[in-house]
Amino acid sequence: MTELAICGGRLLDPAVGVDAQKDLLIRDGRVAEIAGPGKLKRTNGAQVLDAAGLIVAPGLIDMHVHLREPGQAYKETIASGTAAAAAGGFTAVAAMPNTLPVNDSPETTRWMQAPERGANVRVFPVAAATRGSKGETINDYAALKAAGAVAVTDDGRPILKDGTMREALAAAARVGLSVIQHAEDTRITQIAAGTASMNLGPVSFKLGLRGMPAEAESSIVERDIRLVAELKDAHPHLHVAHTSTAAALAAVRQARRNGLRVTCEVTPHHFLLTEEHVGLYNTHAKMNPPLRSAADRDAMIEGILDGIVDAIATDHAPHAMHEKEIEFELAPNGITGLETALGLCLRWLHGEWKMPLGRVLSLLSAQPAALLGLKGRGTLAVGSFGDAVVFDPKAEWIYRATESKSKAKNTPFDGWTMQGKVRWTVSEGRVAYAG
Amino acid sequence: MVTPPAPVSPFPYNPGSLLSVMDLSVEGVSRLLTRATDLENEDPLLRDHILAKRRIALLFYESSTRTRTSFELAAKALGADTTLVSNLSSSIEKGESLKDTGLTLRALGAQAIVLRHNSSGAAWLLEESTRLPVVNAGDGMHEHPTQALLDLRTILAHLRPGIGGVGPETLAGVTVSIVGDILHSRVARSNMLLLPRLGARVLLCGPKELLPEQAARSSPGIEIERDFDAALNRSQAVIMLRIQAERLAGLQLDLDEYKASYQLTGQRLAQHAPQAVVLHPGPIIRGLEITAGVADGVQSAIEQVRNGVAIRMAVLEQALLATRQGGRA
Repeated sequence: MTELAICGGRLLDPAVGVDAQKDLLIRDGRVAEIAGPGKLKRTNGAQVLDAAGLIVAPGLIDMHVHLREPGQAYKETIASGTAAAAAGGFTAVAAMPNTLPVNDSPETTRWMQAPERGANVRVFPVAAATRGSKGETINDYAALKAAGAVAVTDDGRPILKDGTMREALAAAARVGLSVIQHAEDTRITQIAAGTASMNLGPVSFKLGLRGMPAEAESSIVERDIRLVAELKDAHPHLHVAHTSTAAALAAVRQARRNGLRVTCEVTPHHFLLTEEHVGLYNTHAKMNPPLRSAADRDAMIEGILDGIVDAIATDHAPHAMHEKEIEFELAPNGITGLETALGLCLRWLHGEWKMPLGRVLSLLSAQPAALLGLKGRGTLAVGSFGDAVVFDPKAEWIYRATESKSKAKNTPFDGWTMQGKVRWTVSEGRVAYAG
Repeated sequence: MVTPPAPVSPFPYNPGSLLSVMDLSVEGVSRLLTRATDLENEDPLLRDHILAKRRIALLFYESSTRTRTSFELAAKALGADTTLVSNLSSSIEKGESLKDTGLTLRALGAQAIVLRHNSSGAAWLLEESTRLPVVNAGDGMHEHPTQALLDLRTILAHLRPGIGGVGPETLAGVTVSIVGDILHSRVARSNMLLLPRLGARVLLCGPKELLPEQAARSSPGIEIERDFDAALNRSQAVIMLRIQAERLAGLQLDLDEYKASYQLTGQRLAQHAPQAVVLHPGPIIRGLEITAGVADGVQSAIEQVRNGVAIRMAVLEQALLATRQGGRA
């Protein structure tokens, strides 16, 4: 029997509406007891974390990360990516299938979760929606789910064919999985001899870069919503990944009014940065979807504050240094995000824009847990997994990419001031990170 | 609502670099123009000592006649040693990155690099990697600052003869039309960012496919006039651009329609802008954007290319002799 007690802290568990001075006991990986300060019935052998002055919250859940294994361990490994996750307060991450090979099989799904990968926190694979993510043949979702997949997606290679997407939504609904769509009409954004590398607008014109119009995102979201409406009786769940445009968010809003199960996530970079942050070809500001206009960014903030956005996800996308130190148009898309999400959300959503702390934490834990159907996670109620983050909400600190636990350093937030320092991340009763 | 501010540009790292026309203040432009004339008039034997034995690398990832030759002649006129590295006859073909190529040139003793590259922003990457003075000789669809400076020199020679330096009002009352494939043109971008700062009005003229509406928002003093004749009526200078077939990326254009609307013919010029000076950065596609008669006609300043050597002498001198205190604004 192993016990871990977190004592003296303020327990903030938005999933069950708890916000009080409480001590927490985790026994054999599960929350065993919650009691008033000093009242836990723990054994003498229990490890004790002194959380005086700190907040104890459910471990954060990132529903959109790229861990690069199998196949691209030089960028990141499951071990290094989850070490970064733990440093950022995350106890669970959903790993996208655009690996080498693409994760379209139960074998790869299980391989990613095997103990040999050395994961520091829980990895929940999101499997490919179609064979090889080629957008043609639907995978066996029942088998993938049985192997541990928590959703399906062809992330990075959007499903363009109406028929395939309809089939994916219906098949996923039959086994109780969501279809996560990276909404991008690549017929517009990836034309021969000229793949777009940033948002289309005055900045892309000025920089002489080919641009991605906002409609390339919103038109796919609108198409997907039409398909969800057509399949209404099958109750499909469409989740829009890394929503970046006002038009796409408006489409999600309308779908929800119409009673459809359409959810979405927004990344910290899309609610904080705009196309202006590309500056003079900063490849650490290049990702897909790209940084958008100020109006789009403002719409993301509004959507988070008014509740239409269901989760904050990072789209953690590590790349090796040399891959980003090249011409902007040629550089790969993506930035890291696991270590900066909490600090940015607390500083901006809570600090600047006055979102209640419980709601911020819910977007980073309870809500993504519900979207992915992760039972016993996203809450610290008795009986749930002992996944917790203990942080000092008042501490301000400067993020230094060079100190990252990730193999990659490709972040636009190097040198930014963060709010809220993670002191411990606890994964199923084990201290996964101590800061 | 408070949101994170856009970052402050760290560029240029080296005070000798010329990456964008926006790196130059109006005084800086004036100084280069004056210096170009001084250097042009200087005794070649004395001029030869200014950059004696300095090493300048010409790094060219795209073919070029005018720009490469004029940079080379300019460097040699000041006594510098030059070496040409092109993507087709170097380790670039073997996959060496721009950064590594730049570091190699620096290790070999290059003291400044003139870069022509097919990717927008390449000059910024090279400068950040090497911290050497980098002169942007054209990056993708982005900028070509020395071309804009030489176009300015040509315009001044025709419209403000005898003038030495320039100021914010020098081109007050002057309208310059830039006509054709604006979208893919680095010459257009550098000119539209430079000329309004000297008081000129810039009219951009071309079809929607080659001239998006957002172009007018690049800087104050720019407007879009899609009617070529109307633009000509207002212009004292006209910069004609070729259609950059290599950058069209699948865009389909009806060339007959294009010629009907935007080809500069002798008749059109005589009718709408009989006094205007006609410029073209080259290469010229005779019979497409401009007729041979106009290209070789009395209003043509296409011999402007000669101005390139003078401007590039001044730019290279600044690149190698600039200091953080003086040298540039």
